[in-house]
Amino acid sequence: MTYAKRFDGRGMDELRPMSAKVGIIPRADGSAMFKIGKTVALCAVYGPRDLHPKFMQNPETGILRVNYNMMPFSGHGERVRPGGGRRSKEISMVIENALLPVLDLKEYPNSVVDVFIELPQTDAGTRCAGITAAAMALADAGLEMKDLVCAVAAGRCEDKIIVDLNYLEDSHEDGADVPVAVLPNSGKVTLLQMDGEVTREQIKEIIAKAKEACKKIYEVQKAALKEKFAR
Amino acid sequence: MYAEQKTHLLKALAKNVRYDGRKALEYRPITVEYGVSGSAEGSARVKVGGTEVLAGVKMEIGKPYPDTPDQGNMMVNAELIPLSNPAFESGPPGQQATELARVVDRAIRESKAIDVKKLVILPGEKVWGVNIDIVTINDEGNLLDVSCLAAMAALKNTRLPKLNEDNAIDYDAEPTKEKLPLSREPVEITIIKVGDKFFVDPLSDEEKLIEGRLTVAITEKGTICAMQKGGTAPFSAEEIDKMVEIAQTLAPTLRKAL
Repeated sequence: MTYAKRFDGRGMDELRPMSAKVGIIPRADGSAMFKIGKTVALCAVYGPRDLHPKFMQNPETGILRVNYNMMPFSGHGERVRPGGGRRSKEISMVIENALLPVLDLKEYPNSVVDVFIELPQTDAGTRCAGITAAAMALADAGLEMKDLVCAVAAGRCEDKIIVDLNYLEDSHEDGADVPVAVLPNSGKVTLLQMDGEVTREQIKEIIAKAKEACKKIYEVQKAALKEKFAR
Repeated sequence: MYAEQKTHLLKALAKNVRYDGRKALEYRPITVEYGVSGSAEGSARVKVGGTEVLAGVKMEIGKPYPDTPDQGNMMVNAELIPLSNPAFESGPPGQQATELARVVDRAIRESKAIDVKKLVILPGEKVWGVNIDIVTINDEGNLLDVSCLAAMAALKNTRLPKLNEDNAIDYDAEPTKEKLPLSREPVEITIIKVGDKFFVDPLSDEEKLIEGRLTVAITEKGTICAMQKGGTAPFSAEEIDKMVEIAQTLAPTLRKAL
């Protein structure tokens, strides 16, 4: 089968329309919104603050704790039962690993930086939108960072390599979904998952295209941060 | 705790001013935005001052309850998520979230805001279920009143999804233009008592000082459809009457925002 034209008419390397805003939750220490197509991620950062339960405290460094959650009305189809399950636990963990390399929490022993990611509406690519929003929120919280983190899902749909899969492409039978997080300045990858089936050549191309796409996301992040801080 | 703050608040209330310059019985500016989540069948964002709440409606097909075979179902759930307030924790809903959801549920249910008799697909077999989820985004006080407004706004925004031949929801089809059968429009007003003073729409700092509160749900006819007393301060019958009067006076202002 050949995927001649994308379901929504986009070019193979084209991202959906993006927008971003920093400082959307005044109560939080840092916050941001990232929208890509119909997927919206909100993120709030609280901390560094005291870590409870106490046994989780590390006297050598502060820790990062991510909580990824889909709002009950945010799914395609039925209501998502609140409370989260195995899926959101795993996603929270891989997001932690994706963000941690840019932070240095050694100055905050026994503390925690809490990152809350909430999705009010979704059309695939939620963990990537969450990472992109979280990186801006961490910067907004004033934490020292070595780089931002940008993320996008790339993949394969039939014979084509595509970036920023929407729900129809993500759930397409003949394809693969590869969420990738990239540190834009070093080009290093901090999140990589995949499901589907691809060749070694294809995965090389998918990662290369994800890195290209992340450059565009990086520009959106920088613009949103400048809008709040560059005055 | 907070003894100085309480003295300060009471002195200010004696002159009918608040921390933010408002009068005792004045709400912060209210904005309502409809259709904020494309994945929901209806949704709204309500801001009252700095407090922001989202509500979304998901429709489902279910069986009616045995004691109400000729009625659709409804449910209100609230998530006070840790994104919205540093004091909120992850996990199952606690006392505050449960009370909030139940008090909003009562306003909607008891006022018969949703005409549940019109939500029957096959009597005794298949009915619509209306799931209302309330999610807090930024808590700067008065989540209860704001949540009730958000829930009503989301209901007003709801369009029924399309059904396929088997009377199941077709999520891939565009929703119909058909709205929910709504017959009433309750709003909830919480009146706070500190010392011998009453005020409404508390800020987070004022909420810490609450001695007693009374939430009153008011229909557009001015009747009362639900009440909930909170806090430990006892109320006299005269005080309750006064609080109901305050709620009736303020209800049209809130309803106008919808």
